[in-house]
Amino acid sequence: MNRFWLSFLCLVMVVFSSPSHAQLNIIITEGVDNATPIAVVPFKFDGEGFFPGEITDVVVADLRRSGKFNPVSMAQMPQFPNTDSEVDYDTWVDKGINTIVVGSVTEVGNQRYRIDYELIDTLRGSQATLDAQSLRDGQLVQSRTHVIAARSLTVSGSEFRQFAHRIADVIYEKLTGQKGAFLTRIAYVVVKDRETDPRPYQLVVSDYDGENAFRLLSSDEPLMSPSWSPDGEKLAYVSFENGRSQIFIQDIYTTQRVQLTDFPGINGAPRFSPDGKKLAMVLSKDGNPEIYVMEIASRKLTRVTRHRAIDTEPAWSPDGQSLIFSSERGGKPQIYRVNLSNKRVKRLTFEGEMNLGGTISPDGRELVLVNRTQGNYHIARQNLQDGALQVLTTTYLDESPSLAPNGSMIIYSALHEGQQILSLVSLDGRFKARLPAIEGQIKAPSWSPFLM
Amino acid sequence: MKFSNTLRSVLIAVPLMTLMACTSGPSEEEIAAERNRIAAEQAAAQKAAEEANAQRVKAEAAARLQRAEEIVKQEREALQAEQTVYFDFDRSTIRAEFYATLDKHAAFLVKNSGQSVVIQGHTDSRGTPEYNIALGERRAQAVETYLLNAGVSASQISVVSFGEEKPAVTGASEYAFAQNRRAVVVY
Repeated sequence: MNRFWLSFLCLVMVVFSSPSHAQLNIIITEGVDNATPIAVVPFKFDGEGFFPGEITDVVVADLRRSGKFNPVSMAQMPQFPNTDSEVDYDTWVDKGINTIVVGSVTEVGNQRYRIDYELIDTLRGSQATLDAQSLRDGQLVQSRTHVIAARSLTVSGSEFRQFAHRIADVIYEKLTGQKGAFLTRIAYVVVKDRETDPRPYQLVVSDYDGENAFRLLSSDEPLMSPSWSPDGEKLAYVSFENGRSQIFIQDIYTTQRVQLTDFPGINGAPRFSPDGKKLAMVLSKDGNPEIYVMEIASRKLTRVTRHRAIDTEPAWSPDGQSLIFSSERGGKPQIYRVNLSNKRVKRLTFEGEMNLGGTISPDGRELVLVNRTQGNYHIARQNLQDGALQVLTTTYLDESPSLAPNGSMIIYSALHEGQQILSLVSLDGRFKARLPAIEGQIKAPSWSPFLM
Repeated sequence: MKFSNTLRSVLIAVPLMTLMACTSGPSEEEIAAERNRIAAEQAAAQKAAEEANAQRVKAEAAARLQRAEEIVKQEREALQAEQTVYFDFDRSTIRAEFYATLDKHAAFLVKNSGQSVVIQGHTDSRGTPEYNIALGERRAQAVETYLLNAGVSASQISVVSFGEEKPAVTGASEYAFAQNRRAVVVY
């Protein structure tokens, strides 16, 4: 009964939470120089009034933030075509711009718009023009192989950012062979001033670029460790709202939530299994922190580790067959892997004073972690085949790395000028950016899976 | 004539009545009733006196209790003024300088077995949040163990770790780090 009312009160708190405008900016600090130039020519608007947003601005920002592309400014564009037929390929090739995006937006109804766009290889286009010219007396068949992608889609004005991200995803995938992760979200915890804000701890969900921020929960006690369900609809997290740590699962669309655990001691580090049916977690109910796996539907609990040292920070392998975790069993914290069927444990990290907060890349080949060397905490990656460790960041007190679902980028928390902020680093370490917030300390970022 | 008759009657009746009264005297019942009345009065007076005394004793007891509670409150307040134990970086062993403080808490808790406390464990912001939750719990448990060894009942103590989530001092200075590596005994 008590628990029922508790849940009810919590629900009230959730329902009355309001949209937040604590947006993040993205400031790129490193890695644009070696990126491939691309031109996204502003799309022509055909209709009454104005389109409610600038599609190409979003696409340009996405491509730039991938670290793989360097979108050129309008001043560097030799012409402003809107279809492939208008493109003078040679003028682009002369400027060293081998890839361009052209398109148009046509109003087709009330708040309905059709977006047509083409992704063009100007080098190939230039070559195709030569080929066509060489067929002067034959029937002139226009080759279209230089058009890498041509798409048409109808959208409503209010959703234009999502569709712009989708366009960027298509461009990114066509040019890199890797799925784009621009149509994704991040969840993070904001901690406002405890002196002035009665509910300083806030769980926020936003687009990956910090736009459309939405506050899911506010609390007067700490919130920790948000983690996405594989369908991108729910978050598991830890809340201290009842004076001690408890694990909750909340639907981000309906905002309904359930309290999953209330064991004595630590209830922490929840992580959804790849099939979404289980939750790995840390419980200290038997004296010290151990890794457990809970079957969400039945609440059946399986103990995974059994050691008197600290075991924490479980993360699933992509196949769901094993977990990695941080453990002090060897002295300082290092990362271990446990096979879930035979419970066999293997140490994975050896370099530096400690390695913790591990997560495995979607392809299962890389381990992303927090490495401490000479007292400095940095994000690093370790190849799981050859064990080579590469430190990726130069920021201060790095923690909580979370990978984009395509494995291209890591979002993490760091201290910058006394403020805890989110930062980005590409998996190859070349691209770096920080996401300063308008107010509060920002921590515990978690990147969503691919969204529809 | 009529008057003399009446007078005669009176003259006869009065001494007769007087005589009658004299000859019968107070009855046994009347005496007993009188005795009872006096006894009841005495009993009431005694009871009142006893009650007054009880009141006085009770009031004195209440005052004593209040004084005792006041002392407990003062003791508790004194303890609350020194409720924090600080730790070295990445360590959860209690430094000797805090033994005296914890001994005072233990003595108070042993004397007041109805009093319960929550021991909060905290860390500085270095390291990962999950590891720090574990480290904070270990610090709080170190204090718990100390109090248990000093005779405090396990039922009086509960432990909660906040890791790096509730710093006492914000920022990344050595001073802030040192202030945040702590366990707090909360009454």
